[in-house]
Amino acid sequence: MIVSDNTPSMVLVVVMGALIATGVYLLLERSLTRVLIGVALVGNGVNLLILIAGGAAGAPPLIGSSDEAMSDPLPQALVLTAIVITLGFTAFILAMAYRSWQLHGHDEVQDDVEDRRIARRAEQGELDTRSDEATANAALEAAQVRDETEDVPDATSKEGHR
Amino acid sequence: MSWLVPLPVVVPLICAGLALTQARRPRVQAVISLAALSVVLTVAVVLLFQADAGPLVVNVGGWAAPVGIALVVDRLAALMLVVSSIVLLGVLAYSVGQRASDVESSDDEQTPVSVFHPTYLVLAAGVANAFVSGDLFNIYVAFEIVLGASFVLITLGATSDRIRAGTIYVIVSLLSSVLFLIAIALIYAATGTLNLAQLGQRLPELPEGTQLALQVMLLLGFAIKAAIFPLSAWLPDSYPTAPAPVTAVFAGLLTKVGVYAIIRTQTLLFPNGALDDVLLVIALLTMVVGILGAVAQDDLKRLLSFTLVSHIGYMIFGIAVASQVGMAATIFYVAHHITVQTALFLVTGLIEQRGGTTSLAKLGGLAKLAPALAIIFFVPAMNLAGIPPLSGFLGKVGLLQAGIDLGTPLGYAVVIAGLATSLLTLYAIIKAWNKAFWQTAPSELPKVRTPRSMFGPAAALVVASCAITFLAGPLYRYADDAATDLRARSPYIDAVLVDGVRGDGQSTEAEPTDDATTTAPEPGGEDE
Repeated sequence: MIVSDNTPSMVLVVVMGALIATGVYLLLERSLTRVLIGVALVGNGVNLLILIAGGAAGAPPLIGSSDEAMSDPLPQALVLTAIVITLGFTAFILAMAYRSWQLHGHDEVQDDVEDRRIARRAEQGELDTRSDEATANAALEAAQVRDETEDVPDATSKEGHR
Repeated sequence: MSWLVPLPVVVPLICAGLALTQARRPRVQAVISLAALSVVLTVAVVLLFQADAGPLVVNVGGWAAPVGIALVVDRLAALMLVVSSIVLLGVLAYSVGQRASDVESSDDEQTPVSVFHPTYLVLAAGVANAFVSGDLFNIYVAFEIVLGASFVLITLGATSDRIRAGTIYVIVSLLSSVLFLIAIALIYAATGTLNLAQLGQRLPELPEGTQLALQVMLLLGFAIKAAIFPLSAWLPDSYPTAPAPVTAVFAGLLTKVGVYAIIRTQTLLFPNGALDDVLLVIALLTMVVGILGAVAQDDLKRLLSFTLVSHIGYMIFGIAVASQVGMAATIFYVAHHITVQTALFLVTGLIEQRGGTTSLAKLGGLAKLAPALAIIFFVPAMNLAGIPPLSGFLGKVGLLQAGIDLGTPLGYAVVIAGLATSLLTLYAIIKAWNKAFWQTAPSELPKVRTPRSMFGPAAALVVASCAITFLAGPLYRYADDAATDLRARSPYIDAVLVDGVRGDGQSTEAEPTDDATTTAPEPGGEDE
């Protein structure tokens, strides 16, 4: 029965899968707040994975506390470290989302202006000229590319936030 | 003298705390961080010579190796430590100079003084930790230290642009960390250890399919960090918006930490080279796609970011060839590229300071206005392109040699791609040179002087990158020895696990076969 002793609980595996799947889905969103929740979910999913890697749950992780088999303490130490790190980065993303909201009135990840500008100039066949008309338009366009994450019509709701 | 090993990590961390307490005295902060990094540089140089006699190992807290965390400095790690601390010190001196001039002109780019130094020192500690650590999870922690510090540095001032660029950087970096952590969990489940030396013994015993899966997971995590195509798109978007010294140190070091991790794991953990052909194709694509991106750019910082991506391809090329010549050339190339790329970004910072912009559409006539600037841009630019007497050429010759030795059609294809990339680098950089330095500017550039306190450190780094050319003989020999050690694997493993099972230090009941008792669902799991 050695193998079955080490087999982790199926529930943990399913929970881990669900956490990571939903987390990845949220990571693909444009809104930073959703990404943040995604990061937290994926992080917790991976923490569970590490625990699963440590074998079956239940036994104490200390030598000599009972006569039974001891469970591996290392995954628990690893998870503890990972949790602390995730906490710190969650705080950082939260601050960044807030700052983005302060600056732009929303927390969505914007398109890269420079990419659009280069593409525009290449289209017009003036990559090597020194004129620079494309810049302003590209910046405007990049700022306007948004996902519809609000039900309310855009302009009014944004004014409301400020 | 192995007590020196933890110092490159410990000294900057303690000084980061010290610098934080001096938040209101920027001068004191500057002195603290300059002193800390000077100490690190000295220690690194001593380690460089010591490691030549064999790897130095410290078992942290006195716990024997596979139980505790091992810190290991072998030739590769020592060389990386020296090069990275030179670069860190140079960039720090530059930013201190910039800070002094920023206070006078007080433009909106001015960075908040109090957090820069502590964060920068934490970054230095993280980079050093990644190089010296002999434990996979400890490498993860080192990466997170570096990431945490880099998040703060890339969003310094929290302007609109930096928040936009920082967002991309933060999310992509976190994703790569998660992938790395998953890989760690899987490796632990499969082998019951995370000590690199012990992994080097146990991983090759696994079934080949399992090995391959673990290798792919690890490579994915590292490839995002190292900006290898197709996982490189985040880099040119996010780096250029940061302050010049920050971009410089990121470009020089952060991607190379990823490359270092790839070198370490490919040679020590997965010596059978199952993915070498895939890596060759990826190297080819990275070089070509990266440099084509650079050719299209008309902003100097972005152009350089694309060449950075492209030249990571050369290093992956050498790793994929995995021969003695290829590995030695890769190590040499990494050392060369760290200094040259950093120097170029610093000089770009000077150009920005002098011309008010890095857009090649607006710059012009700098060769006449600032001849000294023209010289210190031209030399590393030629070095990057690989013009013969310089170190870039020497590294590339080694890599091409390794590719030809391979003798396969794929090998030749990558060699041709490497040559084309080198040529296109020259084209891109000469185009930039023409626009910024020779052609007349479309409108008059502002009349400002380049402060000597910024010019000095940038020039010093350029000299350092040239010094690699002059020291190429001994340096190449050192890289060659390092490559020999890496390929043999036994020097590293024997140094960490002294008697084949345990390292120096204490551990409870040193059972000879398996210390991770309950973990592995492998046949050897011996509970009860």
